[in-house]
Amino acid sequence: MAAPTIPLIAPRDLDFVLYELLEVERLLERRRFADHSRETFEATIATARRIAEARFRPHNRANDENEPRWDGRSVAIIPEVKAALDAFSEAGFMAAQADFDQGGMQLPVTVAQAAFGLFTAANIGTAAYAFLTIAAGNLLEAFGSNDQKRVYLPPMRAGHWFGTMALTEPQAGSSLAEIRTMAKPAADGSYHLRGSKIFISGGDHELSENIIHMVLARIDGAPPGVRGISLFLVPKFLPKTDGTPGRRNGVALAGLIHKMGYRGTTSTMLNFGETEPCIGTLIGEPHQGLACMFHMMNEARIGVGLGAAVLGYAGYLYSLDYARTRAQGRRPGAKGIDAPPVRLIAHADVRRMLIAQKAYVEGGLALCLMAARLVDDEKTHPDEAERRRAALLLEVLTPVVKAWPSQYGLAANDLAIQILGGYGYTRDHPVEQYFRDNRLNPIHEGTNGIQALDLLGRKVRMAEGAAFRALTEAIEKDLGAAGSAAPSDETVVEIALALGDALAATRSVTARLVDAMDKDTDRGLANASLYLDMMGKLVVGWLWLRQASLAAKALAAGSSETEFYEGKRQTALWFARYELPQTSLQASLLTGGETAAYDMRDAWF
Amino acid sequence: MKVLVAVKRVIDANVKVRVKTDGSGVETANVKMAMNPFCEIAVEEAVRMKEAGVATEIVAVSCGGASCAETLRTALAMGADRGIHVQTDLALQPLGVAKLLKAVIEKEQPKLVITGKQAIDDDSNQTGQMVAGLLGWAQGTFASKLTVEGEQLRAKREVDGGLETVLLKLPAVVTTDLRLNEPRYASLPNIMKAKKKPIEALTPDALGVDPTPRLTVLKVIEPPKRKSGTKVKTVAELVEKLRNEAKVI
Ligand SMILES: Cc1cc2nc3c(=O)[nH]c(=O)nc-3n(C[C@H](O)[C@H](O)[C@H](O)COP(=O)(O)OP(=O)(O)OC[C@H]3O[C@@H](n4cnc5c(N)ncnc54)[C@H](O)[C@@H]3O)c2cc1C
Repeated sequence: MAAPTIPLIAPRDLDFVLYELLEVERLLERRRFADHSRETFEATIATARRIAEARFRPHNRANDENEPRWDGRSVAIIPEVKAALDAFSEAGFMAAQADFDQGGMQLPVTVAQAAFGLFTAANIGTAAYAFLTIAAGNLLEAFGSNDQKRVYLPPMRAGHWFGTMALTEPQAGSSLAEIRTMAKPAADGSYHLRGSKIFISGGDHELSENIIHMVLARIDGAPPGVRGISLFLVPKFLPKTDGTPGRRNGVALAGLIHKMGYRGTTSTMLNFGETEPCIGTLIGEPHQGLACMFHMMNEARIGVGLGAAVLGYAGYLYSLDYARTRAQGRRPGAKGIDAPPVRLIAHADVRRMLIAQKAYVEGGLALCLMAARLVDDEKTHPDEAERRRAALLLEVLTPVVKAWPSQYGLAANDLAIQILGGYGYTRDHPVEQYFRDNRLNPIHEGTNGIQALDLLGRKVRMAEGAAFRALTEAIEKDLGAAGSAAPSDETVVEIALALGDALAATRSVTARLVDAMDKDTDRGLANASLYLDMMGKLVVGWLWLRQASLAAKALAAGSSETEFYEGKRQTALWFARYELPQTSLQASLLTGGETAAYDMRDAWF
Repeated sequence: MKVLVAVKRVIDANVKVRVKTDGSGVETANVKMAMNPFCEIAVEEAVRMKEAGVATEIVAVSCGGASCAETLRTALAMGADRGIHVQTDLALQPLGVAKLLKAVIEKEQPKLVITGKQAIDDDSNQTGQMVAGLLGWAQGTFASKLTVEGEQLRAKREVDGGLETVLLKLPAVVTTDLRLNEPRYASLPNIMKAKKKPIEALTPDALGVDPTPRLTVLKVIEPPKRKSGTKVKTVAELVEKLRNEAKVI
């Protein structure tokens, strides 16, 4: 039996987020989840934890050290990857959110994402294949024709066939308007695709019987720009009439890309229709490809944010364990060399790095699972107005959910390395790998810079500011509740005051920036990343206030878990004292329309 | 053939166990719990017997507080057909559990009882043997392979000197060793199915058993910390250390 190890995502914290903060048990009242109970949720998480610990975590380092290799004919991947993914599929996780009648478990998105977070924390390189397959399946389910769904969905939900998302091309990264892959209509209603894609994760391998690519391409004669992009389904093997994989389609691996992290996942350059015809079928309407993709983007971006948060979390728990074990140095106040060395955790500077990590990773986890909870509300809330409100909140929160954990989960990984000192820099400990793996998250699924433009340029202005208003009102409501809670808790009140300031600042800054963009779009958006960071602090500060309120309530009610709740409240206080006040400097730069960077010229560098 | 498996709820194998500050026991409040790994092997073996058409019904039994129902649910999700929960908040010891199991077994009349060889919390390695003793049944402990042959059971046992094969007359009690099988995970569809399977609640009173502990725990302490190792430079130094420090040669 394996020796005791550091858990993947602290179990008590995950329960706290699910059952106390997000009250997932309230979802049981909804018809879709009527067959579930807290027991089925807990059993799901328990199974996820076991498979993640037994099948995913053990080869995390091996994945890193044995990048997939291609000999020109096939891609070699260490066998543990397939064994892990098979266990994942056999346990039903590929279909965790899918309907019962599709062989799914019909789990709330919140619980399914929480379970998936455990696999990601254990081994993001292996988990990514599942992530892509689930996302491609969801896309197919939402927009595929009945025929497409009949042939492709069951093997994907069962994990026999995997999926990919093939958007990026060498000249079309952040700007998908530049996509050049072409699709020529064939007589039988299908299309012949020609072009090349780059960076396609999971684009080739022998882990599954078939690979189903979701490809963005232009139909011959389509309008230029994003209005002319369509979505196609391109299988690696064309299914025979009996549904089994048949002959090889003309999608060919042109090469593997070698990366700093995420090495277990193949990153591929793919050629479509170069030597053999590449047959694809249209998903959804012509020229609606991006709209289809974006429909799925909210959930995919929650997945990216969650991945970043849990990699941060893994590093935090590792460095915490290390800080409790490693003896080094004496307290500054200790006299003489005779005193025995203390554990690292006894040093104030180490506790500083631990509490910052705790604030980032637990804040990030809460943020991403709250977004998942909004997806559940958007889909299943019995009240139409509430569904709309959830949808609006999701719109404005998605850039934050993707970008904030990507940045601060990585910051946490940086601190974890620092806590281990020289050992953190070696490959004898996993923290350096967590950092390298996590470094992808600010880049893919829309770079953080693109998220900033999306937030300020689109989301806060959409529907005449309705999404932004929904967010500020939600925060205000919780501020009110925190202020009027009895018995009143000094710490909670202090946090609420700090958050109230940040909220007021964000409101006035947002109004100013909307005006500024109306006058000069480029200048108005010049500090979009700063704005995104400010919004991140506000939103995560809000989640910390909610966590602190729950903790104070539990402590006042005499909970026996004093250490757990004290830790929550104290971390919230740290966030309110160290992070939230930064919004005031950010607000002054944003309000003043700061242009020191904007005015810098190419030739001056 | 009806098979009865006994399952125990213990601190999860991955948790670092901490002794309570007052030395009265180990900390279990807010600690992640799970089914004892040897009991999982017992459930798995029963499920495989059912899949092979040898077993017809699998009854999982657990004795203890309310949360044992969760452990039973896990057994049901792995493939057991129904559960029996003997509810008591007493700190049970092997003899008490064995008596409770005996009462349940007399009621259920299974042909085979499978338990773990030990539980990873107290490592007693007693319950299975006691059950067999109380019932006067044959026992095959530390089993690493089981085959039912008509009215007999062939059990390969892991003993100190190697492997021993015994032929048991049914009904019998078997305790599982690590290598008997690799337990399956409770899959999501089976978790849903388990919800609909029945768990019967019984009490020691109703079974006419008094499981009050007979042993008193005086004190629980952490094992001494292992000293860190040293590297020796030569074989001579090693021999010297083995002779004079460790005093083993
Ligand atoms: C490991 C890995 C896996 C990936 N997996 C997939 C996949 O499965 N499928 C897929 O389709 N793609 C995938 N990608 C591609 C990824 O989505 C792109 O790399 C990403 O969208 C950025 O595009 P780019 O690399 O061309 O960078 P560029 O677009 O060239 O951007 C470079 C920099 O310029 C900034 N920038 C660009 N445009 C603007 C703008 N308009 N305003 C302000 N700043 C801007 C960016 O923020 C960035 O900092 C993957 C990438 C990696 C590294």
